[in-house]
Amino acid sequence: MVKKKEKDKEPSETTDAHSDKPEPTDTDLANTLTKEELRKFYEEKGIDLSLDIPIHPKPIPQFEKSVSDKIASKFGSKVNVDYVRPNRIRMSTKREDILDVAYFIRDELGYDHAESVAGVDYPDSKEIEIVYHLGSYTDEQKESQILSLATRVPREDIPHPGKDRSRTPTLRDVFYSVEFHERECFEMFGVYFEGHPDNRRLLLPEDWADIPPFRKDFKIKGR
Amino acid sequence: MTTPLPPGIELEKIDERIMTLNVGPQHPGSGHMRLIIKVDGDYIVSCDPDPGYVHRGEEKMAEYRNYIQNIPHLERPVIHDSSNILYPYCLAVEELLDIEVPERAKYVRVIASELNRCIYTLYWLAIYGIFLGHSTMFMWPAGDRELFIDLLEAMSGARVTHAFLVPGGVRNDLPANFEERCLRQVNYFEKRLKEYEAIFYQNPLLIARTAGTGILSRTDAIRLGTTGSVLRASGVDFDVRKKEPYDVYENLDFETVVMKEGDSYARSRVPYLEMFESCRIIKDALQKMPKSGSVRTKLKPNPKGGNDEVYRRVESGRGALGYYIVSNNRPEPYRVKISVGSFRNLICIPYLLKGEKLGNMPAVYWSLNYWPVEADR
Repeated sequence: MVKKKEKDKEPSETTDAHSDKPEPTDTDLANTLTKEELRKFYEEKGIDLSLDIPIHPKPIPQFEKSVSDKIASKFGSKVNVDYVRPNRIRMSTKREDILDVAYFIRDELGYDHAESVAGVDYPDSKEIEIVYHLGSYTDEQKESQILSLATRVPREDIPHPGKDRSRTPTLRDVFYSVEFHERECFEMFGVYFEGHPDNRRLLLPEDWADIPPFRKDFKIKGR
Repeated sequence: MTTPLPPGIELEKIDERIMTLNVGPQHPGSGHMRLIIKVDGDYIVSCDPDPGYVHRGEEKMAEYRNYIQNIPHLERPVIHDSSNILYPYCLAVEELLDIEVPERAKYVRVIASELNRCIYTLYWLAIYGIFLGHSTMFMWPAGDRELFIDLLEAMSGARVTHAFLVPGGVRNDLPANFEERCLRQVNYFEKRLKEYEAIFYQNPLLIARTAGTGILSRTDAIRLGTTGSVLRASGVDFDVRKKEPYDVYENLDFETVVMKEGDSYARSRVPYLEMFESCRIIKDALQKMPKSGSVRTKLKPNPKGGNDEVYRRVESGRGALGYYIVSNNRPEPYRVKISVGSFRNLICIPYLLKGEKLGNMPAVYWSLNYWPVEADR
């Protein structure tokens, strides 16, 4: 009983201190709770919690939020912030806008290199997603951060790498370090990077005649 | 008339002065990769690395196996550093499945990964010695490496491919009297390491062949997105263990090794100095470790990952090593991307070898701490 009273007091105190701000929403409340409390909170709301869904009762970190807000306020609806977690921000954009966003991230926010460029194949929605994981060596606050910038390109059922619609502008002029990562992505997913000076194969043999092997429709034999 | 060979195989003659050479893929000086080098007399005009001879599709294989079955094959890209390549996978799966790791397991993991870092660095150093014709430097690290191999064998039961780190902790607890034995061997190894200084790092032969060759400036190291010892030898103070501490690294006492020169000598010296820091970490961890307790959180059978994605990274022997895992409510991951230090440092090879003498190629190439098998995955 004592605990409950304390809990009742806490939100009222905070609202007194920051009376200008709007009342905390459900998600704000949920971020302050521990795991057990969160489970009860969801049950009271009538949300079904199957045991397989992991619960992340972590508060939204302030610094990461401020970084994502900068991008969101600059580009508005062109950029979609997918999540903000401790040390991780993910945002997605259309391929037409990715160069503008990338230049802004490099020049204004201090991210200076790419850690990886990952392709993810989604045959059901007929799209391939390219995810750039960007990091910073020069900005002390952002050294622990990874910013994921994702874009989607159309996916052909019968791929002709380099000759079909699966293409996106290269980020090599923005982040020089993506050069070999994009070459790998091109051979493994068949996504052509427009403007890349060296769209050759890197890891696959020169005489590889099958479809790009990291697509979902390329099956490992016997599986 | 002879049949024409496929492109890149023949000894191509471009003009009277420039000739194309293939170094590798079976050359002892390149590992399992090919360097297509164009030379003008003794000087390298351009270099085009051609990796992929040991590409095994680890990322594709991971999509067919569940989170536990993935453990043994994901360490195959670099068996000498097996704990460090599994470390980010375990961290990522733990975040995905929302698993808490026991306190003692965190310390055991740190000890295992630092022992593995020493094993890898000693192996690399041995090959660097034989590259430069210094056969003593091949024998000594290869022999001292056995100390740590024995320790990890006592911990995990296997000499090289340990598969010791698992999501939720480590596979089994430390054997009896491990702390005492580990401390004794690490103390002995530190004494041995000091002898390397006189025979190798102060050796005029090494200094003449590496100092001032393959200089990578600080700006270029950042622009090219290099990582690990290459980055720190160029004066950038970046170590994932310090900048984004995982498990218990923030409680442990160690320093980042940074050198400003950016040449092959600095790149060969940074991993050596880091071995002293590894010894410091191991000794500190042995002291601060809880003396008893659980070392593994049991997972549910065949756990499912939810609709989520995660990117975790650690500092391996070759730089930052990250795993990007996408999951879609299935026991198998939907996509696993391994971002390895070797692949990220590959971009330096054409950049650094241009204008260098052909004889300096091994000294520059192996100073990049490049492991062909890991780069190909």
